Amino acid sequence: MIDMQRFFMGVSIALLFLVFLCLYRAIWGPFITNRIIGVGAIGTKTLIVLLLMGFIYDRVDMFVDISIVYALLNFIGTLAAAKYFEMRGKVQ
Amino acid sequence: MDTMTIGSIMTAIFLLLGLFFFAGGTIGLLRLPDFFCRMHATGKGDTLAVLLSLFGLAIYNAFDGNFALPYILVSVKIIFIAIFWFLAGPTGTHAISRAAFRCGVKPWTLEHQFKEVEKE
Repeated sequence: MIDMQRFFMGVSIALLFLVFLCLYRAIWGPFITNRIIGVGAIGTKTLIVLLLMGFIYDRVDMFVDISIVYALLNFIGTLAAAKYFEMRGKVQ
Repeated sequence: MDTMTIGSIMTAIFLLLGLFFFAGGTIGLLRLPDFFCRMHATGKGDTLAVLLSLFGLAIYNAFDGNFALPYILVSVKIIFIAIFWFLAGPTGTHAISRAAFRCGVKPWTLEHQFKEVEKE
């Protein structure tokens, strides 16, 4: 029997390390477009980390709803940013 | 070998595959030369990674509750997130790249590389 709690913990830590790598693009990425995709990549990783937290704390039924809301907000935020900068007509 | 062990092994395989694609997307986001190349790396890599990871977690949840109805419903919700992200991720990628292209971001070509070499 594999100890799945520890395995989920390890996967979460690896994902959070990748989030820190993405944070470089989100902070220093040249111009606004690179920042948007950096934040989007962080959002997708957070989606998985939230579900893994649910499995670690044994409350998946609660955390899955938070994860759905996070996915929706991430998508809407990306679309809103894209629309805004397309209407403004200048990104660099 | 009982059913829980089979479920755990399948979950581990799917999660590690997802982690691999997440790592590939992140390396592409950091290393590729311009905006459109980075978009390509994260847009495709992260979508596949989310699908694989969520599928693995849904399998684990179903095996964890011995396929009782409440656990199956939570698994269906997780699969729903996967389907939603399968539609939403490429849509967001397309929206940002269209906005950038209309705002006049030039795609990176081989000529840029040659110019940089000549400057040096």
